[in-house]
Amino acid sequence: MDIRLFTRSVVLVTEKNMRIYYYKGAVVIFGLLFPFIMFLTFFIGRNINLLLFFPAFLGMMLFFSSSSTGPLITPWEKREKTYERLLSLPVTLESIIIGDILAGSLFGIVITTIVWGAGSVLLGLPLENPGLLAVTMLLGAFTFAALGTLLSSPAMNNPSNVMMLSNLIRLPLIFVSGVFIPLNQLESWEWVLTSLSPLTYLVDLFNGAINGNAVYSPALDVSILVLVILVFIGGAKLIQQWNLSKGL
Amino acid sequence: MAVIDAENLSKSFGSFKAVDNVSIAVKKGEIFGFLGPNGAGKTTTIRMLTGVLTPDSGSARICGIDIHANPLEAKIRMGIIPENGTVYSDLTAEQNILWTAKFYGMDRSARKRRADEILSYLGLSERRNDIVRNFSKGMRQRISIACAIVPSPPVLFLDEPTAGLDVYSRRLVIDTVRRMNDEGSTVFLTTHNIEEANELCTVISVINKGTIIATDSPEKLKKTFDTANYVEIAFEQQVKRELFAHPGITRAVPHGDKWRLYTEDPDQAVKYLAALADREHLKILSVATSSPTLEEAFVQLTGGGA
Repeated sequence: MDIRLFTRSVVLVTEKNMRIYYYKGAVVIFGLLFPFIMFLTFFIGRNINLLLFFPAFLGMMLFFSSSSTGPLITPWEKREKTYERLLSLPVTLESIIIGDILAGSLFGIVITTIVWGAGSVLLGLPLENPGLLAVTMLLGAFTFAALGTLLSSPAMNNPSNVMMLSNLIRLPLIFVSGVFIPLNQLESWEWVLTSLSPLTYLVDLFNGAINGNAVYSPALDVSILVLVILVFIGGAKLIQQWNLSKGL
Repeated sequence: MAVIDAENLSKSFGSFKAVDNVSIAVKKGEIFGFLGPNGAGKTTTIRMLTGVLTPDSGSARICGIDIHANPLEAKIRMGIIPENGTVYSDLTAEQNILWTAKFYGMDRSARKRRADEILSYLGLSERRNDIVRNFSKGMRQRISIACAIVPSPPVLFLDEPTAGLDVYSRRLVIDTVRRMNDEGSTVFLTTHNIEEANELCTVISVINKGTIIATDSPEKLKKTFDTANYVEIAFEQQVKRELFAHPGITRAVPHGDKWRLYTEDPDQAVKYLAALADREHLKILSVATSSPTLEEAFVQLTGGGA
């Protein structure tokens, strides 16, 4: 495969997604408003240490913002009948999938960076490891944008059905991920449960980068997230290939 | 060498065999028409040729490049107007064209120049900055055409490009196909409009129930069915079918306010009709003879679309 053509197709799919699905006023406003609402919902009035819980909050923001719009893209394109046009252009299924993931990642990184910046200024957040924070942002955004793309893959052309499926999978992932209870305070069965959610490893990396109190080693967290990315991308590709074998 | 070369393409959806062992060879510079009734396998074939669907068996090459082994290298040589593929409604007319042009590696000035030229040719210069969502079907189809031809591709695929269009838009599509062909593009066209295929195409393949049943030039296809000569006659008075019972007339079919009389010998049929009018005191309003049409050939080949 010509890598230059492939890279170009990925960049152009990303550009299309950003223009059509992410640069919308409503999406950006929701992206910025959502963290504020989540903050009020989960942290205000609970008498918790904000500095201790901010890494979990950042993890939740990156998780939601990266995976929020991705599930809608393919179903939306199928409904609008632009999917066939996209497939007819010089692209491959892989370039569409990676382009979708990159667009979700960029959106997640921008929103989470704004939240982190605001938190740093207003709460005086520490920063133990800037490099690790950057890696965490990139890796986390890519992981959960890949989840969004995986969720967009089933053969549906009704975005509201996809959103139902998306929330059915995304919300439980938060509750079993150590977002609300620090990992080092978990019981044994809770520990097993949280280890099943990829969000756990993202929150742990944020803890390591901001407070320096990660439970797992960064190498383990990174390895697991990379593995999860590969599984999500592989799953998305298999499902979309299977759908195409049955027609458009 | 064929510019579009498909060998033994087959595709099934569940137990339904949509395309069965189809082989196609389109030479450089041809306008190739692909005709068939609804559900015959035209769109499935074009989707396999353009790399949208993967065939169960067989291969397709565009300019010698296997579309399924090297999709990017093959697709960059083609422009496509998909059957259902509308352009992006949330982008402007110009944004759709410029974005498409980027896939083909055109630099900024070339993209801009070509977009200006095409928008002007398609009569959309004044709407270039309008969001496509507000466009009519005909205008959207013109943007779809603009996206297909912006890279001046060596191969142009058009799947039912004139379906549902008004006369002006249809004319524009036909003129654009001719123009692209004159500029060197090989054209692969599916259409329901048989006269359109007759007018445009140098070679036609007819597909029915997933299998190609004839491939030839339009004129040769028509001559295959030279029993389909007919005489069309209109009388001032109402006449009954029984009057046309004559050895030289094989079939009499009402056609609006006229009768279409199929015959192997138009000369004999016309002489009989003149004698009939004289004998029965009928006033002839019009009479015309016709050679076989491509439509006749198509109907006979596909068994009336059954």
